[in-house]
Amino acid sequence: MPKVSMTVNGNAVTADADARTLLVQYLREGLRLTGTHVGCDTSQCGACVVHVDGKAVKACTMFAWEAEGKTVLTIEGLAQNGKLHPMQEAFRENHGLQCGFCTPGMIMTAVDMVNRKGHDLDDPTIRHELEGNICRCTGYHNIVKSIAAGAKAMA
Amino acid sequence: MSATGIGAAVRRKEDFRFITGKGQYTDDISRPGQTYIHFVRSPHAHAKIKSIDGTETKTMPGVVAVLTGADLANDKIGNLICGWAITSKDGSPMKMSAHPAIANGKANHVGDAVAVVIAETLGQAKDAGEKVKVDYEVLPAVADPAKAQAAGAPQIHDVAPNNTIYQWHLGDQKAVEAAFKSANHVTKLDIINNRLVPNAIEPRAAIADYDAGNDALTLWNTSQNPHVARLVIAAFVGMAPEHKLRVIAPDVGGGFGSKIFIYPEEVVCLWAARKVGRPVKWVSDRSEAFVTDAHGRDHVTHAEMAFDHEGKITALRAKTIANLGAYMSTFSSSVPTYLYATLLSGQYSIPQIYCEVDAVYTNTVPVDAYRGAGRPEATFVVERLVEVGAREMGVDPADLRRRNFIKSFPHQTPVIMAYDAGDYNASLKKAMELADMKGFGKRKRDSARNGKLRGIGYSTYIEACGIAPSQAVGSLGAGVGLWESAEVRVNPTGSVEVLTGSHSHGQGHETTFAQLVSERLGIPIETISIVHGDTDKVQFGMGTYGSRSGAVGMTAIVKALDKVEAKAKKVAAFMLEAAEGDIEFKDGKFTVAGTDKAAAWGDVALNAYIAHKFTGAELEPGLKEGAFYDPTNFTFPAGCHICEVEIDPETGNTDVVAWTAVDDFGVVINPMIVEGQVHGGIAQGVGQALYEGTVYDKEGQLVTGSYMDYAMPRADYLPSFKVDTTETKCPSNPLGIKGCGEAGAIAAPAAVINAITDALGTEEIAMPASPATVWAALQKVQPRQAAE
Ligand code: FES
Ligand code: FES
Repeated sequence: MPKVSMTVNGNAVTADADARTLLVQYLREGLRLTGTHVGCDTSQCGACVVHVDGKAVKACTMFAWEAEGKTVLTIEGLAQNGKLHPMQEAFRENHGLQCGFCTPGMIMTAVDMVNRKGHDLDDPTIRHELEGNICRCTGYHNIVKSIAAGAKAMA
Repeated sequence: MSATGIGAAVRRKEDFRFITGKGQYTDDISRPGQTYIHFVRSPHAHAKIKSIDGTETKTMPGVVAVLTGADLANDKIGNLICGWAITSKDGSPMKMSAHPAIANGKANHVGDAVAVVIAETLGQAKDAGEKVKVDYEVLPAVADPAKAQAAGAPQIHDVAPNNTIYQWHLGDQKAVEAAFKSANHVTKLDIINNRLVPNAIEPRAAIADYDAGNDALTLWNTSQNPHVARLVIAAFVGMAPEHKLRVIAPDVGGGFGSKIFIYPEEVVCLWAARKVGRPVKWVSDRSEAFVTDAHGRDHVTHAEMAFDHEGKITALRAKTIANLGAYMSTFSSSVPTYLYATLLSGQYSIPQIYCEVDAVYTNTVPVDAYRGAGRPEATFVVERLVEVGAREMGVDPADLRRRNFIKSFPHQTPVIMAYDAGDYNASLKKAMELADMKGFGKRKRDSARNGKLRGIGYSTYIEACGIAPSQAVGSLGAGVGLWESAEVRVNPTGSVEVLTGSHSHGQGHETTFAQLVSERLGIPIETISIVHGDTDKVQFGMGTYGSRSGAVGMTAIVKALDKVEAKAKKVAAFMLEAAEGDIEFKDGKFTVAGTDKAAAWGDVALNAYIAHKFTGAELEPGLKEGAFYDPTNFTFPAGCHICEVEIDPETGNTDVVAWTAVDDFGVVINPMIVEGQVHGGIAQGVGQALYEGTVYDKEGQLVTGSYMDYAMPRADYLPSFKVDTTETKCPSNPLGIKGCGEAGAIAAPAAVINAITDALGTEEIAMPASPATVWAALQKVQPRQAAE
């Protein structure tokens, strides 16, 4: 099988990937980074969101080979030197998760949101920006709270 | 209240692994040498399988095996069962068809498995699956429950003439008829409780591994109740003896009922793993989930409520057709009967109630419990009737509710339930204040000025949770007892492991259960772990559903803690050289009454194990106790939800602009977690009312089979919620807990539809109340306005 190389969470990696291997499969099966989840097959739930070259991407919507040579950040790479990222802290502090399955995608989307929109996010902005992420557990109320708090803490 | 005890908003212990991507869901597990299984599924709703040819498939790259329903039958693998026996009104038993894990001879719904391919990689299994040649003879199908019993409808199972599974009833028909005859006012409604797809965001998955050396099987499975899965797969399916089958439900990404049931896929994975001698892994695609996960609701109901001249409800009657789909899923029969008709009294004193339920087979995915299970359907019937009745009689809807509330407890309803405690007026009053009912008139005028229609709707719901006592459910047909178990293991260093038969898939048991132990033993919450979801570690338990883990699961822990404390006091008595009766235990310390002699928790734990202070004849070493707890009654959470909507008459779009929930859950262990449960429930209930509609076409094809076609609430479809509580303690368990997991989903649909119909001035609104539905309804009530 052909090999694909990229930088994931700061490490140069190489793993098998054929022409139809999705980035999310590459991460989950090739690298055993199982924090990135798969919740649908139509690119709608956002459970698979990672950052590619600094931008939020649904990893189920991209082939592994399309990420050749690029820099990928997954939920596993967010905490630095054993310290949680402020957005991770905010989700825990504000009960922004229940079953935890949508959570990695939510957090990666939230960090991207702050990168693009700044640290002062109001409710309508956050809710609108979450249009690509589905959570079936929380009713979003506490996710919105978490993101607003996390955005401030990232300042 | 201590910082980590009962009532504290303790941050969740389980969160660290989830926010760092270290959760262990079934799909995150891989076994050495594992193969992948792909299910070949019927594209037809109803078809005879004339032949299956896997010859070409077997030559495809990577293929390990191709198996069919005939192979399953040859290996004498038994059928899946429905575990709750319902008896028809004529005394005949329910008509349960055979449900093989792979269809053999006939496929009965789109998605019914007809063959499986096992290969080295998932891609190979899928490619090879395309080459399985199935010769179908397509038969006419029926998907609409209202048409299933009609003369000439396609017959799905020979055992069930007219596709009728049972014709059940509850209540005193004659007394109800008499009450209706003398009624001052009768309100009538035709209701469709729309079919829903649960859609936990983690798709179902299974990995089976066969250990030939020990002739034992292990199944990792997305299950809410691994012990029940093991019992059914061992005792009914006959896969392996119970002690040779281990079921592990690791982190599970949401369930909402859909992961209670025993599904064909896990059975097939186990069977295939033993057959091919290698681990077999299956992870559902989302599209596959739509045609295999048990759906929810799907009732067609005609209901009537009788009132006297003072607006007192004198009787209620309902006739319901419940769609159970192509096969009877694990608990499906109980949902439209004992979980539905028994709640038709709502929060009201209704002297007479009669309910008839026909359950039918259709060529659709099986239907079973989904968040609330029967109780949302009952609440919708009652709360719509009361609201419409109030409007018809020109009475304020809150006032009509108040007039009819049950005010003294215990209260025996005419439909089995004996409500034990509640204060329905208190939650209504508090909700009305929080929702600023006084300001509604002004808000409505403001909306009107902007060309919008504003409406407000109540839902004063009740639910029966815990789903126990065992003797009671047994007398109603349940095939299992519905108690719960716990074991408390104190380690020599004083740290504690609690093994619970409950299962957490988002509810936060690792935190709330630890709060209970921390408070009771006076030890830091970090020294407590909660173990669940593995039949090799945990004693038999019933799992999590019906909002029961607090009321039933935690009470089992209390009982075990009682025993631990009693034993620890004995150990302390030897250590402190005092009489056992003089030992007092408080805040993690044992003291001798009237002295300053004391021993810390950790010292007593250590002494229990080193056993130097007592002989074996005096006391058994060790500190570990178990308990099984069977409640004396159901619990009855209740409350009031108020929904405020604004509708754009140009587009028919409904905005939920405000939501107020005041619930009485009894004693709350962790208010942060309870609020989260309420939020999630409301979102699913709003989903049912506004967005979620499962559509089958006439041929039985699922039209809404993906996230592109099945709408679920997204963040910008919902407001933030105002959530509060009132409290009457539950008298039937020592903690006073009632349960909170399903309340939102039970209360919400009626509140939304009551609000929309209030805004529109017509009662003819079907769920989901999509913009098209609302717009069309508006054209009927305001034809001139629309024509402008
Ligand atoms: S798995 Fe990528 S959007 Fe759902
Ligand atoms: S926390 Fe379960 S899906 Fe979001």
